[in-house]
Amino acid sequence: MVAASRKRDQPWLIRTYSGHSSARASNELYRSNLAKGQTGLSVAFDLPTQTGYDADSPLARGEVGKVGVPISSIEDMDQLFDQIPLDQMNTSMTINATAAWLLALYIALAQRRGIDPRKLSGTTQNDIIKEYLSRGTYIYPPGPSMRLIADTINYTVRHVPRWNPTNVCSYHLQEAGATPVQELAYALCTAMAVLDRVKASGEIAAEDFPQVVERISFFVNAGIRFVEECCKLRAFGEMWDELTRTRYQVDDAKMRRFRYGVQVNSLGLTEAQPENNVQRIVLEMLSVVLSKRARARAIQLPAWNEAMGLPRPWDQQWALRIQQVMAFETDLLEYGDILDGSPVIAAKVAELIAGARQEIENVDAQGGIIAAIESGYVKRELVASHMNRLRAIESGELKIIGVNCFEETAESPLTAGSDAAIMKPDPEAERRQIERLQAHRRQRNGSDVQAALQALADAAQSGENIMPSSIRCALAGVSTGEWGNALRAVFGEFRPPTGIDIAIDSREVLGQKDRVSDLRDRVASTGNALGRPLKLLVGKPGLDGHSNGAEQVAVKARDVGFEVVYDGIRLTPQQIAQAAEEEGVHVVGLSILSGSHMELVESVLQELRTRDLGDLPVIVGGIVPPEDADRLFALGVRGVYTPKDFDLNAIMGDIVDVVRECNGLERLGALH
Amino acid sequence: MAHASLPDPELLASRILRRERAAVASGLNLLDNRLAEARMRAVRLLACLSGERWLNEGHLIGVTGPPGAGKSSLVSAMIREWRASGRTVGVLAVDPSSRPELGGGALLGDRIRIKTPLNDDGLFIRSLANRNQLGGVASEVWPMSWLMLVCFDVVVIETVGVGQTEIDIAEIGDTVCYVAQPASGDTIQYLKSGIIEIPDIFAVNKADLGAPARKTASEIARSARRQDRRDDWDYPVCLVSATMTTGIRSFHDHFDRHRRYLVDSGLLGRLRLRHQSAWVVRLIREEFGTFGLDLAGGRAAVERRLSESRCNQFEEYERMRTHMLSRLLSVNQTTL
Repeated sequence: MVAASRKRDQPWLIRTYSGHSSARASNELYRSNLAKGQTGLSVAFDLPTQTGYDADSPLARGEVGKVGVPISSIEDMDQLFDQIPLDQMNTSMTINATAAWLLALYIALAQRRGIDPRKLSGTTQNDIIKEYLSRGTYIYPPGPSMRLIADTINYTVRHVPRWNPTNVCSYHLQEAGATPVQELAYALCTAMAVLDRVKASGEIAAEDFPQVVERISFFVNAGIRFVEECCKLRAFGEMWDELTRTRYQVDDAKMRRFRYGVQVNSLGLTEAQPENNVQRIVLEMLSVVLSKRARARAIQLPAWNEAMGLPRPWDQQWALRIQQVMAFETDLLEYGDILDGSPVIAAKVAELIAGARQEIENVDAQGGIIAAIESGYVKRELVASHMNRLRAIESGELKIIGVNCFEETAESPLTAGSDAAIMKPDPEAERRQIERLQAHRRQRNGSDVQAALQALADAAQSGENIMPSSIRCALAGVSTGEWGNALRAVFGEFRPPTGIDIAIDSREVLGQKDRVSDLRDRVASTGNALGRPLKLLVGKPGLDGHSNGAEQVAVKARDVGFEVVYDGIRLTPQQIAQAAEEEGVHVVGLSILSGSHMELVESVLQELRTRDLGDLPVIVGGIVPPEDADRLFALGVRGVYTPKDFDLNAIMGDIVDVVRECNGLERLGALH
Repeated sequence: MAHASLPDPELLASRILRRERAAVASGLNLLDNRLAEARMRAVRLLACLSGERWLNEGHLIGVTGPPGAGKSSLVSAMIREWRASGRTVGVLAVDPSSRPELGGGALLGDRIRIKTPLNDDGLFIRSLANRNQLGGVASEVWPMSWLMLVCFDVVVIETVGVGQTEIDIAEIGDTVCYVAQPASGDTIQYLKSGIIEIPDIFAVNKADLGAPARKTASEIARSARRQDRRDDWDYPVCLVSATMTTGIRSFHDHFDRHRRYLVDSGLLGRLRLRHQSAWVVRLIREEFGTFGLDLAGGRAAVERRLSESRCNQFEEYERMRTHMLSRLLSVNQTTL
């Protein structure tokens, strides 16, 4: 039977989140992805670009071109979109603290190419609130950050009307451990905070406000519990519809639609038996396409090997083909909503809505989401949820195939190749980007740059919309770091609560109680033998803000009796070595997920040696390929832990043994 | 455990006197170490460092207040002022430990809240867990703060204020500052508790909140003025905002003014002597109980001997300890 005659719905926008090394290399990748049938672009920026530093800043060392493309000025933006017609493309940019800047570069580039900005369509993620809770690429304090979001909304609604200026993200909340109820509640609270802020700015007339509401879109996560996830998205739709109607008086039902894009869950992807990630990704995707009423507008899928390192073009193609099979081979798009009328689904949706309403009330009672973030409440809730998840994995209550059950495996031909099945970023990328930026600085007109930066600083001070002066900066050739620093000088920088100040969970962890007692004895007796309690420094060097792993290690170490110094994110190797010295710790743990582990670890070790602390043991956690792990051991690192080491108790036992060995005590071996 | 890794105390002392950072760190590690050999070396180290400076130099400041009052942000703002005026600063940040049956671990999160500029050699921060010692401040904090006093112009001891901690902090700092949180029940409890007699300076943080902050300030001012500990000190109450950096300047000036007041009235040396004897008494009581303290002649006798020996609290303590151990051992022998 051929179904060709049936009317099919339009598929969602099909994207792949990508970008690496340089604007030129990323442009080639984009054009080849578009040729393969991708219908939109999703730009990944490197960490210096995301946090507003130039490629030649000391903090950017080792991070340029690692997790995405470096964009230092309008010339890089031009190269990134070489031969790509901006007025016909739908471009999504995963950019937050510097979203106003990257949007300004995009608009300025369109102007330079003679394209009317009104024809641009795409999305800037621009949800700076969730950056404080997860992901960590914030720069400024919450007040100015909210203002930057509001400025981009106010500007695009009038001048770039097809643009989605902000993507309220529940995605990263789930990565940080949020339950579906928490995801619903915190994302909706964030959306309300954003809309309230825009309303308060008074820039938009009351009758035009529904257009603002319509432009708010969401970026959602989908995990492996796909029935519940599907219900979560239906709950989102219902709650958003109600909220926009009652709180913001939007009468037109079309403008109240819950529009969202998706990247499916990366938290549940495993390094062990990584081929299983393919079926995980397919099932997770199902939850966001199955129900027509709650179907995603745009989807990007991770690659099967994301837990191992950077995906290669072929891995990305596989992710793209999954979407195409779903959209074009299956009959999914031929039907109306296949879940309408199911009492099971309706009951689950109602349960999620009830839970989310209660949590929204909790947040409201604390003065809204900003206050609840500043007080550390939200972060604490998320860290606790994440800890529960890890404990459930440790106890085996939560099953993960290939990780805590069915671990036996034949050797995989997929990972047998000489490239270890991941892509190596170009090692010369950083040096070349620095040279390119420095050459650019020499070519531009210095007085134009100074005048544009002054106008930017004035706008930041006066409260005038930041976009026009940012576009002027873009056209004048201002660099990303100069834009970031001009606003830092006015707004200041922010350090948020870490959320690790949560109470010890004294409940028995299923089947683990003996191991925890054993560990506590080991930590205490080793401390006694050395004369003072074991002290651990947990540090995150570089610009990578994914602090969940570091926080879990810090909390676990505290639970088993360590005195833990946690210094937060974005530290230079020098700051970490200085902290190790001042604090007199017995061991240093470094967490690096950006792929810059070789450069950063080497610098930390070097800094420790200059302080006469060459003997201090250092352990490393992160996405570290096996051959890099060998090189780290050769440098003197005493332990390397990757996503496959999910057993925190075992890691703790290991750390105690590392300390013992470095202090002339015998190792105690595996836990009982 | 080999003692080879423990530093030579005399050598270490000379390096500390040269203000070498690595030596300060290693000295603090030694003072924190409870191994018998380490304790002996710690006594030698402190004996090398002791002297008149411990009676009249530097400024020991205790900062306390309820959790969430913004102590670290305020200390951070103060550090900027001190550093701008060219003074070096050492910080001992004390955080609570979990109960021993829960492993006794601690999360020491103050460094992250005290945002420091890169490469500042004039600032040194050591975080400490209070290790459940009598619910107050760990005994190690006293000698550690004295060691820091050798190397830094200002030494700040920051603690979360809960009852016993406040009493302890008053026996460490020359100047004690209480940081209050506006519109919170903590302050009312605090005013009622009688511990309000301890601080010399009050700060009401988050002044940007407006009316609630002013209300809290006036409540504190009313209670503070009723105290008649020292007629000639005015117990200032400052409205500050650490995040908006308002009120910091005049708040900062009160610390200098208080130190000048202590010096002019001849109180500084007496206060320091009292704090030294408080530490000796505390250690004796920890190790030998009230009975031991009686054997030592009580607090007054300790203080008298210390004032005669001019600051050798470590030798005083070791002498008491040896004396008591021999007494106890001889008692044991006779009863056996």
